Amino acid sequence: MTAVVELAKVTKEFPGGVLALRGVDLRVDTGELVAMVGPSGSGKSTLLNMIGTLDRPSQGQVRIAGYDVAQLSDHELSALRAQHIGFIFQQFHLADGVSALDNVADGLLYAGVARRERRRRAGEALERVGLADRLEHRSNQMSGGERQRVAVARAVVGEPSLVLADEPTGNLDTASGAEVLATLRNLNAAGATVVIITHDLEVAAAAPRRIHIRDGLVVADETSEAAGMGALR
Amino acid sequence: MTDRIGRARLTPARMTLEDVARVGVAGLRARPTRAVLSALGIAIGIATMVAVLGISSSSQARVMETLDELGTNMLTVAPGKQFSEKKARLPKNAARMIRGVEHVAMAGQTGDTGKAVYRNDRIPSTRTAGLQVRATSLDLLAVLRTPVRSGRWHDTATAAQRTVVLGSTAATRLAATAGDSVWINGQWWTVIGVLAESPLAEDVDVAALVGFAAADAFLGFDGHPTLVYTKIAEGKVTEVRALLNHAANPEHPEEVTVSRPSDALEARAAVAGAFTSLLLGVGGVALLVGGVGIANTMIISVLERRREIGLRRALGATTAQVRIQFLAESLIWPGRAGSPARCWEWPAPSGSR
Repeated sequence: MTAVVELAKVTKEFPGGVLALRGVDLRVDTGELVAMVGPSGSGKSTLLNMIGTLDRPSQGQVRIAGYDVAQLSDHELSALRAQHIGFIFQQFHLADGVSALDNVADGLLYAGVARRERRRRAGEALERVGLADRLEHRSNQMSGGERQRVAVARAVVGEPSLVLADEPTGNLDTASGAEVLATLRNLNAAGATVVIITHDLEVAAAAPRRIHIRDGLVVADETSEAAGMGALR
Repeated sequence: MTDRIGRARLTPARMTLEDVARVGVAGLRARPTRAVLSALGIAIGIATMVAVLGISSSSQARVMETLDELGTNMLTVAPGKQFSEKKARLPKNAARMIRGVEHVAMAGQTGDTGKAVYRNDRIPSTRTAGLQVRATSLDLLAVLRTPVRSGRWHDTATAAQRTVVLGSTAATRLAATAGDSVWINGQWWTVIGVLAESPLAEDVDVAALVGFAAADAFLGFDGHPTLVYTKIAEGKVTEVRALLNHAANPEHPEEVTVSRPSDALEARAAVAGAFTSLLLGVGGVALLVGGVGIANTMIISVLERRREIGLRRALGATTAQVRIQFLAESLIWPGRAGSPARCWEWPAPSGSR
């Protein structure tokens, strides 16, 4: 198995002396579905920024899709994000008044794909998340669960090496949340590597592998082969 | 894990021009009210500039046109101040002597008779309406290049009769046209013509012009001219100007004032020019305000769009691409605002030169 995410002794200190990460070692392989779980203030968000290459570690090494983040310029990091990482956010971050298709197509805007091809692949991605009948709906015409699935489609439209979901169910009711998690699991089953960051143990239970974070350290890393499908409906 | 030095270098994809434009337009479309208001500000600014330029340059052009038409080669000779309190007088034959000077093409004269002109015999003598009765030589019109608006100009016959030609302002104030009678010095005089406006000799506009012979016979005029209009050969004006004092009054050249009426018109044009710069400044300020408005709005839109920027960065936009997006937005914006404003532009040049 190739590693998609490799963190070695990663620490992150913020100005003012706050130590958010205190030597995290972590490895996520291709095709895994991992939940990183921990209470607020545990360093989850900082870890997300590390893995998403939105921030650099103070010490230690971060490798994403084989690239050492410390060796890349800001320019190259942008390309890394465009080509290898798909983000899903708690607040969806869809453009209002723009169709689902165009929102998803925007996921390829910075990947150098022509518009027609972007829209074609966006259609396919929406089909994969089960929204084939919602292509022309605007984001304000859709439910929260549908919107988050549009965001999921945007994250996966570029076939990234890693899908990074930050509290993907945080703004959703239980049913919609389950819908989104099921979508993520389906994508994982189809081969995508998915990392979900959450504070919700129930959500974490949906993943076969759970990494517990507390006070900037990995405190537990548990894998349950069967957990995946059964835990959440 | 082995080092993967051999991996392909990461290079961000370039955005096509179309995508840049699309992203810029999308940003504007998301905030239509603000875009419209800022566009309106800029449109007003540009329209002001264009209108100001158009109006003032055409009015200036008109002044210059008048100057060209009338020529800048006219000098007027008038009696100046005497050392004693007595008012200086030009000699009776001043015009003839001036005509003798080299390069003087023409010289016409008028003399203030000191009488006033009235609509009829019922008007109190104090209500002169600011009009004067002036004796005139027959060649005055040729020098001034003032056309007769209606009726006719004096000839040797009418110059000795109780006939009068009114300047344009005088005709308006008296409400008289050719054929009417006016009351001068206790007698009825017949209006035989009305002149058009005379931009270089405004004193003619407010005058009732009678012949020298008639002034002598009916008004007790002493025959001394009070103003001699001269037309000088092109390019010789400065040269001749120095000689006119002596020619007009050889005995007392210091009592003669020579002036150039076109100077006043030129000054007027210059004032109009200064006024243009002022208005242009105002237009510029309007434009500046519009620009600052856009800058302001852009700053706010950047602040309120941190999330969007974060999202685009997460989607893989480089800092340069984000910059280009905002640059495109701020270029499309005034571009749209400017195009309606420039519609003002095309009728304007037809008025100016």
